[in-house]
Amino acid sequence: MDKKTRVSCTVNGRQYELLINPRKTLLEIIREDIGLTGTKHGCELGECGTCTILVDGEPVLSCLAIGLDYDGCNITTIEGVEKDGDIHPLQKYFAEYGAAQCGYCTPGIILVAKKLLDSNPKPTRQEITKAISGNLCRCTGYIKIFEAIESAASELNK
Amino acid sequence: MTSSPEKSYPKFDGIPKSTGETIYADDIQLPDMLYAKLVYSNTPFGKIKKIDCSRAQKIEGVVGFLTGKDIPISYGILPVSQDEYALAQDTVRYVGEPVVAVLAVDELVCEDAAEKISIEYDKYKPVMDIDSALNPAYNKIHKDSRADANIHKSIPLDFGDLLENGTGYDYEREDIIFYQGSNHLPMEQHSCVAVFSKSGRLTLYSSTQTPHYVHRTLSKVLGLPETKIRVVATPVGGGFGGKSDPFPHEIVASKFSMIYKKPVKITLTREEVFYTHRGRHPVLMKIKTKWDKKKLDSIRSMEFHSILDGGAYGSYGVATTYYTGALQTVTYKVDNYSFRGTRVYTNKPPCGPKRGHGTPQPRFAVEVHLDKVAEDLKVDPIELRKKILVKDNTITANWLKVSTISLDECIDKVLEASKWKEKFGKLPYGRGIGFACSSYLSGAGLPIYWNPLPHSAVQLRADRSGLVTVYCGAADIGQGSDSVLVEIVSKILGLDPFKDVALITSDTDLTPVDLGSYSSRVTLMCGNAAIQAAQRLKEFIIKAISAELKCGENEIDFRDSHVLVSNGKKQLSFKEAVIMAEKKFGALCTTGSYAPPPSPGKFKGSGVGPSPCYSYSSAIVELAVDPDSGLVNMEKIWVAHDIGKAINKMLSIGQVEGSVYMGLGEALYEEQIFRKGVHKFPSILEYKSPTSLEMPEIETFLVERPDPNGPFGGKEVGQGPLLPIPPAIANAIYNAVGVRIDELPFTPEKVLKGLKLKKEGKEARVGFNKFPEIKYPPALKVKTQGQGGDGTAEGVEEYVHRGT
Repeated sequence: MDKKTRVSCTVNGRQYELLINPRKTLLEIIREDIGLTGTKHGCELGECGTCTILVDGEPVLSCLAIGLDYDGCNITTIEGVEKDGDIHPLQKYFAEYGAAQCGYCTPGIILVAKKLLDSNPKPTRQEITKAISGNLCRCTGYIKIFEAIESAASELNK
Repeated sequence: MTSSPEKSYPKFDGIPKSTGETIYADDIQLPDMLYAKLVYSNTPFGKIKKIDCSRAQKIEGVVGFLTGKDIPISYGILPVSQDEYALAQDTVRYVGEPVVAVLAVDELVCEDAAEKISIEYDKYKPVMDIDSALNPAYNKIHKDSRADANIHKSIPLDFGDLLENGTGYDYEREDIIFYQGSNHLPMEQHSCVAVFSKSGRLTLYSSTQTPHYVHRTLSKVLGLPETKIRVVATPVGGGFGGKSDPFPHEIVASKFSMIYKKPVKITLTREEVFYTHRGRHPVLMKIKTKWDKKKLDSIRSMEFHSILDGGAYGSYGVATTYYTGALQTVTYKVDNYSFRGTRVYTNKPPCGPKRGHGTPQPRFAVEVHLDKVAEDLKVDPIELRKKILVKDNTITANWLKVSTISLDECIDKVLEASKWKEKFGKLPYGRGIGFACSSYLSGAGLPIYWNPLPHSAVQLRADRSGLVTVYCGAADIGQGSDSVLVEIVSKILGLDPFKDVALITSDTDLTPVDLGSYSSRVTLMCGNAAIQAAQRLKEFIIKAISAELKCGENEIDFRDSHVLVSNGKKQLSFKEAVIMAEKKFGALCTTGSYAPPPSPGKFKGSGVGPSPCYSYSSAIVELAVDPDSGLVNMEKIWVAHDIGKAINKMLSIGQVEGSVYMGLGEALYEEQIFRKGVHKFPSILEYKSPTSLEMPEIETFLVERPDPNGPFGGKEVGQGPLLPIPPAIANAIYNAVGVRIDELPFTPEKVLKGLKLKKEGKEARVGFNKFPEIKYPPALKVKTQGQGGDGTAEGVEEYVHRGT
């Protein structure tokens, strides 16, 4: 059995002190040690974008991130996108437009989209397309996802 | 008929899926849970000589092992193909076949242990393609193969007179076409958690499209009565047909849990998903049609041959083989029809049902073939199709009943929107436009195992809080069946699905049986069952109010979560109405169920193809081909779909767009191929599927003309719109650069190869030139309706279906 190591991090504003297996990825720590299962996995090889989280506001593929490297980091997962109990406009429009069909890629895409809208409040369709090009979705053909991100942007800009 | 809901509600499960609340199978964490991993064969074909787990056993945290001898009972999704084992018995038949299972305290220990397990094989020369499978020199993959080759199934069917005496036609054409296999690539890898309670009851939570069939299989393989097993289908993170079989990981997790009395989880890696497969069959096809050029009002005869590369096990393959010959006749009039279908075994992961199940391949062949016929006959390819469309209430040459077909209107929609007439044949070199049509089932007419019972059932419970709870076995795999169920019930009872309705699905302890989320059957079958259950609930409430408030039963109306009494003179809240009904009748529970109407075919093989109604699609694509690189750049796709009546327009359009996307991936990029017996690229990085950057603009039209068999007139929409995409793209590539690519996918290499041939003055065609000869047993001969047939085969008594 592997010797465990102490790590601390902030996830969605809450402080965690953890004793982790040093071989574990950040994805596994978030899902298994912290118990936030909203972050999904589709390949564990950094190929599909499903496991995307935000570390200090930047998208990170958590399946490629070794947990030890993220000691002291500030992490946002899909569970932390809500503000004061209200869902984020991205979440609202993903639901409204059926941009989440099976829903499995949705958390990763919403986090990438959040980063996009945080840094570029009025993205063009082309910028949206490019931003989510590292996230595979096999259900929607992306069209409803584009539309949901555009509507969320409009609402945030009101 | 009640009118359909007009408002498009948001997706019923949209908020939990957008907030991370939805619990998928791998999200389940139970106290004291153990983890298991399957250890796979690394040889495509061989006999197991020795399995040695001794080194793995020494690793701290390893709990136990299973091998084939621990689970010796075979199973398979079809009653005729009970050829699979959870763990290989003595022979391995593909790289990736599970041989050993290891149980440990966590996944990392499982991985360490798996690496230390050694398996030795006596190796045989693997059968890796159709030609080798037909070659008698190779070893037999299964004992039940035909004596002369690795042939799993041969189907010869003749309908009508094939004009073999040379009369009745003055033009014929034959083409050989190949459709490559592909994986479903659902974003969620298969996962399950098994819990065997100390009281002796097994619960399996699994990402499955078919909890009912998994339930039956677990009972058979584990020797537990069905009453001791509960299967819960967790929300499926993408299925597309790939989670429709019972799987080794489900059986192994259950077996481990039974032995060690602890919860056991298995989640497959992406590589393992490629080995589990059950994806699109590679199919080599030959199509020959005969025409009367002067009339040109039907295809006088069609001869269709298909050879399916099935992989190592049966899976749905017998049904798939029939499907490659079934739906050719429901779009265009085919007066006489002949089908020869063969499925071969190869040493590759088993193929099965992928979106469109066995029908995108022949549809590709038909639509490309028709494009070539139109060119030969100097007719516009769309005009040709419009001349030969099937009409409402047709019984086809192969005895399928078409109730309604709005394909003509679908064609007009895309023709006008794309400005086809201004573009076809008029675009500059390198730009092209192409067209194709298709059809798909709205639910298979027969169950997978023979039974005379309903295919779907819905149970409703209304309680004194005013809440209506819907119980149904259907599994939402992203297609929106949850929405369909709550919206239909809400519409009939005048409720708001988001305020007044709760939903419990796909739990064999709690919900009435639904056969599963496959064959585009859920909206039609569960929808009809939901209508019946809701109308029965409504009747209870109407009777109670009528008696208590002394008003006529026909003066009561349900709307806006209220019940209007005496033509609106009095108003009750729905809750008050339910209380009134509960007071009179006791607890309020109703059920509804649905079984498809009998089909007119009465010959062996007529069980595959019938459906309560068929959906139709037409598509036009516009694209650019770069003659230097061979790259195909999709510019726009117009697609029209005959949906009968959309239950939720927004979600229906989402299904069309998703289908188009998947068709695009198969057409241009995706292929499940092998090198030296090993999958060439079992990873998402190398197995290319379209990202947002490859997605063209899509303009979707829903054509609504209700079908009498659909709920509110609705037909399927989740699979059909995939089918016209690959042939429309092939036809557009030809239109752009004059190169025929008669096999999927249309890679830049193939485009360049075609252009090179063209430059050299040769036939600018890329594809197979030879079609293997296969000896068939004597064909079953069935007279068409036009010939005065009655649906039975000549000289054979009426065939009674016992399931496929």
